[in-house]
Parts: sequence; structure tokens; C-alpha cells
Amino acid sequence: MFKDVEHLVRLAAVMLIALVAFVVLRAAVVPRSFGQYGHYRGAAIAEVAARPIAFAGHDTCEACHTDVVDQKKQGRHIVLSCEACHGALARHADNPASVTPPKLDTAVLCARCHEANSAKPKASPQVVTADHSGGLACDTCHQPHRPKIDTQPATKPATEARK
Amino acid sequence: MNIPVEGFMYPNEVELQWSILIVLYPFITGLVAGAFILASLERVFRVEAVKPTYRLALLTALSFLLVAPLPLQLHLGHPERSLEMYLTPHRSSAMAMFGFVYLWYLMAVLLLEIWLDFRLDIVIKSQTTTRVTRLIYRALTLGSDNISERSLHIDERLGYFITVIGIPSAFLLHGYVGFIFGSIKANPWWSSPLMPIVFIFSAMVSGIAAVMLLYMVTTRLRGRDIDIRCLDKIAQYLFYIFMIDFSLEMLDLLQRVYEADESFRSLDFMVHTRLWTSQVIIQILIGTVTPITLLGLTQILKLTEAARKRIYALAGCLTVIGIFAMRWNVVIGGQLFSKSFLGYTTYKMAFATREGLLTAIALLILPFIILSVLVKLLPPWPDAGPVPAPGAIEPRNQLTPVLRG
Repeated sequence: MFKDVEHLVRLAAVMLIALVAFVVLRAAVVPRSFGQYGHYRGAAIAEVAARPIAFAGHDTCEACHTDVVDQKKQGRHIVLSCEACHGALARHADNPASVTPPKLDTAVLCARCHEANSAKPKASPQVVTADHSGGLACDTCHQPHRPKIDTQPATKPATEARK
Repeated sequence: MNIPVEGFMYPNEVELQWSILIVLYPFITGLVAGAFILASLERVFRVEAVKPTYRLALLTALSFLLVAPLPLQLHLGHPERSLEMYLTPHRSSAMAMFGFVYLWYLMAVLLLEIWLDFRLDIVIKSQTTTRVTRLIYRALTLGSDNISERSLHIDERLGYFITVIGIPSAFLLHGYVGFIFGSIKANPWWSSPLMPIVFIFSAMVSGIAAVMLLYMVTTRLRGRDIDIRCLDKIAQYLFYIFMIDFSLEMLDLLQRVYEADESFRSLDFMVHTRLWTSQVIIQILIGTVTPITLLGLTQILKLTEAARKRIYALAGCLTVIGIFAMRWNVVIGGQLFSKSFLGYTTYKMAFATREGLLTAIALLILPFIILSVLVKLLPPWPDAGPVPAPGAIEPRNQLTPVLRG
């Protein structure tokens, strides 16, 4: 009797071995903290928190660059955080003398927001950069901290980041 | 890449995210489910006429099922991460749960049924072949060479039971693919409760047509005569199921036309412009109405055997093309219009890239390569039954003349 179902017993054994192998594999590779808070590795939160801070925050920038803040207040870019354009600058804030912010290419940077696209809100100033500036850097004419041309300052703020 | 856009598109809609590989995914799983349903006709519903295609249909289903996840793997990248779907299953993700549907169908249904059905052949070959092939067959026997009448009878009963479970499983497999599209409520082209049902019936149509064509081609290649009784029966079932499939699709269309919700004008415009060739000409006229008419003619008229064979071959090819076009129109069509209903984009298919035409062609050829290996390993032909060498089988393992049915 057993002989006639022996092959099925063997099949069941193979399946059982596969199942046990899967359970062992799962126990070995799934991180212990997985599912602690949700469908992710709980320990990832502490790991991310332990990473060095990259952004200084606009309050830190404004502590030194008060003249730039004064200019921004007169234009629509007052709503933008400094590091939205200048990039993460915590290292510069920690050590202003030795860490210099990188040079910005306004021809590329400004187009990110201001390149004409019918899907953007109409209130947002948009230009077809190829027609509007022909590849010239935007800050040839516009002062990025107060971009409207008829309100341009005569001189640049003393503490403005070097281009 | 400059993509031609008409009207108003949101920026993230301009480029299609789901390429031709995602068209292949429902197409290939559909062939799997359809081929299995054809096999079940003989096993469960005792349609004896289609018996010559039974084993071929099972191997076809397996060949395509093995390839089914590859388009998704290629599309997503990082195939090594796919195992995580099983290790840490995300129950709220419809796509992630497909992994379990797939695994169930592969391991609990198809492989099991094939193993039980071919066990007699495997045991005999493990005793009559030599060298590497012998080792392969011996591994496949799992160390048991018992092919007594009673053990084969148990296999037969268990195989029947698995096929009975396999039918709803095949429906689940492809219905689930339809559900993945049908449950995307943000997309009016996909969001329809009829989607899983339409997908199941179209799967049956494509799978049956594919196995019918494969049977015709392989029989001819082997220099044997095609069993016209078998072919007539398959064509008859293909005709009936195609009629149901077409009716369901027309009902879906009727529902959309009458309901005419806020998306209707946009979708209607899309069908009359960008999808005109692929949907109206290829899918409906060439891929549905023509094969249904051809198959209908064979049911009404008394045609010669040769004429019927030609018509079946033509209808089968057109059917497979039509169902492919249906998958194309669902997947690609659903991404051509804007959520604003005011604009349309274009699908630009790449050629020799990871998601290009060349990859798609390779993925469509791959199941046939796998099938040719499987057919070599486990010949499915009714006339290539196990013929043991004299004295090769031990006395207790004498073959029984009638093993099934």
C-alpha cells in the first residue's frame, strides 16, 4: 500500500524541504527590525537620523546674509529657501571661511522653474529660454534675489554668495 | 527624446511609463491560462476529441508561465529584489500579491499536474536512457520508480483533483491581471469591473488559438497527419468562447457609450485617432470579427478537410494578433491620454534597449525555445507513448495498457 503512494510521499518531502528552506532563508535575510513601525526596517530611522545634516536651514543663512534677506523681501523670491537654489550648505555654515558655496549656472538653474510649460500655473512667470535669452545666463540681466528688472538694485549685496 | 504631444498634458504624462514589455505581460499570462483551460477540457470535462493537444497544452502553459515574470523583471530592473515580494509581502499592493498567485499556479497546479501526468514516461526514460539524460530523468522520478497500476491510478485521481483546482486557479491567474488594470480607478480607460472577466475570456481565446496553431505546426513538422476531429473540436470551442469574449467587450463598450462620463469624449477621440489602427482595424476588424466569421463559416458550411485546416490556421493567427492588439490597446491606450482629458501623447518604442522591440521579440521567442526543450524532455505526442525496452522494467512495474480515461 505504502509503495503505491511512495512517490507522493517523496514529493511531499521535497515540498516540505522547500518550505523549510524558505522559512530558514526568510529568518536569515529579513532584518530583525522589519515591521517594527510599518512595512519597512525600523532601524532605518535611527540610521537616517545618524547621518550628518546637509542643509543649514534659511534661518542660519539669514543670520549672516542680512543684506540678501533685505533684497529678497522686495521681490517674489522671498518665499524661496536659500538652499532651494544654492544647494545644501551646512558645511559652509559651519565653516564659512574655508567652505565656499559652488558656483551656480543661472541659465540652467532658473529654467528649472521658469521654462515655459503649459502644465504650470499661469501666475508663475515662464519664458521659452531659447527665445528669451538665447543661452545667456539669466543673471546677466536679472538679479536672482530680486528678479524683476525695474526693481533691480544698483549694486550687489556685500555678502551675496559668489557666482 | 522629443515626444509629440497634442493639447494639454501634465508633465509626468508625456512619457509613457509602461512600455511594450507590460503589453507582453498580460499577453503571455493569457496564453498560459488559455492553454491550461484547453487542457482541462479533456481532463475534467472529458472532451475526448481534444486529447491529442492535452499534454502539448500543459507544456505550452509551463513554457509561457516561466517567461511571464521576465517582462516585469526587465521593466522594473533589479530582479534580485523580486524575492522580497515573498520574504516581506506587502498585502496592500495588488502587483506584489500577483507573486503569490503566480507561485501558486506554477508550483501547486502546473508543475504538479505535469509531473503526475508524465511520471510514467519519466520512470521509463530513467530506465531506458543513458548518461546525463538518465540522471535528469532519475532526478525527476524523485527516487521512486513505482509505476504499478494502482500507483498510476492514484496519480490519475490526484491529477484530476489538481486540474479541478487548476481551472479556478487559471481564472484567478489571468483574472488577477485584469483586476490589476481594472482596479486603477484613476484611469477611466482601465477602471472597469468587467476588466477581469474580459481578460479571462480573451485569455482563453488566445491560449486555445495558440495551442491549436502549435498542434498544427508540430504535427506537420513531425510528418504526421493532423487529427481533424480534434482540430474541429478546438475550433468549435474557440468559436464559442470568442463569441462570449466579443460580446463582453461590446457590453463594456455599450456601457461606456451610454454612461458617457466625463472621460468619454476624450477616450472616444483617442479611439478615433491614435488608436484607430491598433484598436478598430487590427483588434476588432482583423483580430476579432474576421476570425469569428471564418470560424462561424466552418460551423455552418460543409467545407473540405483541407479548406477547414487552412481556415483554422488563418483564424488562429488572426486571433493571436487580435488578442495581442487588445493587450496593446489596454496598456498603451491607457497611457496616451491626459488625466485632464484635454491632451494626448505618443508612444515611441525604442528598438535595441532594455524595454525595446528587440527585447520584446526575444521574450516572445523564449517560450518556444523552452517548449522545444520540454518537448524533447517530455514528448507530449499521443503517438510517442512510452515503449519500454524489453526487460528494462522490473516485473512489478509492468505497464497498464489504458492509463487514463
